[in-house]
Amino acid sequence: MSLSPEVLEPVPVADAAPAPKGVVGRSPGQLAWMRLRRDRTAMISGCTLLFLMLVALAAPLIEVLYGVGPHDEFKHLLTRRGSIPLGYAGGVSADHWFGIEPGTGRDIFIRMVYGLRTSIFIALASAIVTAGLGVTAGILAGYLGGWVDTVISWITDFALALPFLIFALAVMRPVELRFYGPREEVPTWFRVAVLIAIFAAFGWTSTARLVRGQVISLREREFIEAARASGAGLGHILFRQLLPNLWAPILVSFSLAVPAYVTGEAALSFLGIGIVDPTPDFGAMIFRSIAYLQTDPAYVFFPGITIFALVLAFNLFGDALRDALDPKSSR
Amino acid sequence: MVRFLIKRLLSVSLTLFAVSVVSFLMFFALPRDPVTGMCPKNCNAERLERVRQELGLNDPKVEQYAAYMKGIFVGRDLGSAQGGKCEAPCLGYSYVNSEAVTDTLGRVLPVTLSIVIPAAILWLLLGVGLGMLSALRRGTLIDRLAIGFSLTGASMQLYFVGALLLLIFTYQLKIVPVPHYTSILDNPLDWASGLVLAWIALAFLFSAIYARLARAQMLETLSEDFVRTARAKGLAKRTVYGRHALRAAITPLVTIAGLDVGAALGGTVITETTFGIQGLGRTAVYAVRGGDLPMIMATVLIAAVFVVIANLVVDLLYAAIDPRVRLS
Amino acid sequence: MSLLAVEGLTKHFTARGGVVRAVDGLDFTVRAGQTLGLVGESGCGKTTTGRMLVRLLEPTGGRIVFEDRDITHLGRRAMRPLRQDLQIIFQDPYATLNPRHTVGRIVAMPLTVNGTRPPGGVKKRVQELLELVGLNPEHYNRYPHEFSGGQRQRVGIARALALRPKLIVADEPVSALDVSIQAQVINLLRQLQRDLGLAFVFIAHDLAVVRHFCQRVAVMYLGRIVEIGERDEIYERPRHPYTRALLSAIPDVAKLGQSEGRIRLTGDVPTPMNPPSGCRFRTRCWKAQDICATEEPPLTAGVACHFPEPEGAP
Repeated sequence: MSLSPEVLEPVPVADAAPAPKGVVGRSPGQLAWMRLRRDRTAMISGCTLLFLMLVALAAPLIEVLYGVGPHDEFKHLLTRRGSIPLGYAGGVSADHWFGIEPGTGRDIFIRMVYGLRTSIFIALASAIVTAGLGVTAGILAGYLGGWVDTVISWITDFALALPFLIFALAVMRPVELRFYGPREEVPTWFRVAVLIAIFAAFGWTSTARLVRGQVISLREREFIEAARASGAGLGHILFRQLLPNLWAPILVSFSLAVPAYVTGEAALSFLGIGIVDPTPDFGAMIFRSIAYLQTDPAYVFFPGITIFALVLAFNLFGDALRDALDPKSSR
Repeated sequence: MVRFLIKRLLSVSLTLFAVSVVSFLMFFALPRDPVTGMCPKNCNAERLERVRQELGLNDPKVEQYAAYMKGIFVGRDLGSAQGGKCEAPCLGYSYVNSEAVTDTLGRVLPVTLSIVIPAAILWLLLGVGLGMLSALRRGTLIDRLAIGFSLTGASMQLYFVGALLLLIFTYQLKIVPVPHYTSILDNPLDWASGLVLAWIALAFLFSAIYARLARAQMLETLSEDFVRTARAKGLAKRTVYGRHALRAAITPLVTIAGLDVGAALGGTVITETTFGIQGLGRTAVYAVRGGDLPMIMATVLIAAVFVVIANLVVDLLYAAIDPRVRLS
Repeated sequence: MSLLAVEGLTKHFTARGGVVRAVDGLDFTVRAGQTLGLVGESGCGKTTTGRMLVRLLEPTGGRIVFEDRDITHLGRRAMRPLRQDLQIIFQDPYATLNPRHTVGRIVAMPLTVNGTRPPGGVKKRVQELLELVGLNPEHYNRYPHEFSGGQRQRVGIARALALRPKLIVADEPVSALDVSIQAQVINLLRQLQRDLGLAFVFIAHDLAVVRHFCQRVAVMYLGRIVEIGERDEIYERPRHPYTRALLSAIPDVAKLGQSEGRIRLTGDVPTPMNPPSGCRFRTRCWKAQDICATEEPPLTAGVACHFPEPEGAP
């Protein structure tokens, strides 16, 4: 439809629609936060996570209050033959809330508090490194295109062809052998660092893929061209213009990466490759518990249920976050 | 189609080549001295040097890699310390029990396949069925239960589920024997009863993921115009959902199923360890613990080959179903 | 002296299956404070031309001279001082503003990027600009999603004005808006053009809007200018058959119900990948002769046609 000049003349220059009163607008982020606040699942899972993280952070404090350390052994509470805890449900008592471990006689509760710390620390650190690498690679591939994109996309596809768990478990030992002799003790911090590096090395590709897709769809938007037409440099365009529009997918992929890494770390430790005894860890604990399944069935439940709750809370929160950030996506 | 096939085959070969280079570097170049890693105990300096010589570990890395690849395709002579002539496909000899790696693989591969294949059939049927059902009965109790099931499954640890299953069915109820492997050719009933817990554990976790995806996919498809048009045309509900919607919804699942072969292989490592069944995964874990580098390298290569071939099959299936894929 | 002079401007894209000759040799000039309308069907290369003028696209050939300086291949740094004089307004009011930035930040962007510190501070300048385009300066802290299409377009205009440019390329600035809003935005632009003495290259497919806004008009067809001249010349006495066809397509209330005088073009626009030989319009032209297929008519006396309407004919 077209308009004739006569129509144009009498209309005064004025605000098309008077905006409602109030000076400060609500940013898309604030709107998402409000939606999240209204979501009951998000609030419950979020609070659970907060609680578990506080417990993990306060582990040394809890140790002092509880009066038992993660390496203290209570052999006198075990049976002479078979070293099975005395009493009910794996030796649950007022002194040992979750009972004690068969074989070693260590307190399960305090080991789980510390295990939570190991687990959450490794998962969060891996997710942060992953997000950093993935976002950088994704933005570069998406915005620059050309050979940078080709190379990054190829690496991404290549990484998908590698069976993660088998590869991760296979690479651990050679990496250790690079820095330590075959009979040397490998310190825990080194194992933790290698685990984080492995997770990041495998995980960044999926974030990169996601971000790349987003950037490609944003790249041709006119606000990017407006910035270029004003003389903005690459840095301004990537970090001031593009990045704020990428927070939603980055946050969602971050929040879903954390539970995946909790699972991955526990799996590797379960296989005896990641964190090893005596460092407290869920995966290693469950691995030990398999041997006592017949004689002390209570042992498997505490770490098993805690890690389930942790992962479930992360997954629920991640889902809720996605719904809040992208209201259009239906469940 | 032929051009597409050739293109895909080329990219597959390139990927496999890259995998072999990466894993070779990882196992033979990354450790300061692979040999000391290979015999953690009872190795004196003289013996170490001899092994090093015989393995050609003093040669340049490129030559070592070439020799390894030559072994796979035409076979090679590994010298007396290594068991002599090694026929193609030669993956070397284990340093732990001096058995040819290919022999070990030949023994453990059927075990892993016996776990993965029935489990995959189970989880696909269960997952897709549940997802479809909950999409069609959206908002009802069935839907909610299905969502709960998939959320639980997606957050469960395979080994914890395995431990629970063992505890309940084997140790408490005593209705399932302790997991073990018998060849299906020897005794199908024993084969099934020995692996049934592993199947259930894997199927529970994976079907949870599939139920979720199938539900989302189905809901999206149901809201599309062609489904509504088909309904408006007066086609029976059953025909529309069964023929039109199901087909559109299932294609994306095929892709994920292909990718999941890799995840399932990872999954069997844990399944096998939990249930104490000696398959490819557990062999890999033992090899890693024992520093048996040729064995680790072989398992990684085999696993990668599985994933790559699964992806190729998915791509070809796609191309056969949807002609547009061939063009891009 | 002309503010902007374009000589033989060309842009070819390489696409699958060949070269797309999106813009193929344009010549025109814009004087300071003047408005030039660039009209044509979609796909004729108007938008590509606009993008090249502000150097968002790299020209394949030809020259762009701005204030006697050849800016055709200037690098980003060398281009920077000139960016202040040369700005662009975009078509889509939804894509033109960064959804994660406040309006204040969006309008201030050209200032921040260039490190310009206006007297009285950035915020004051931004509020002046918002007021200038008819928006409430109090809305500084609001986000684009809280504004209507017309208001967003005003924000885009304020952003383009931030650096006090001499020339603005307006790429279909109103075609995505409702008709009533179109009038408001056009009137705003006209007022700004008069008050600030701005020159415009106004890209549009709507001839009525162009007639209302522009002093000079250039008609494009398949990457070339077929006719250029003063507004009244073009609208009252079009000489190129294509211009006549375009103008006859404007609905006129006075002639409602009459069908004579309406020229219907047959056939589709040929692909710019393989434009016709000679005159590009000949495949759809009712006047085409043999010479049109062999010889490309040059743009002489404002028209590129072998058989133009005589000058001064109605």
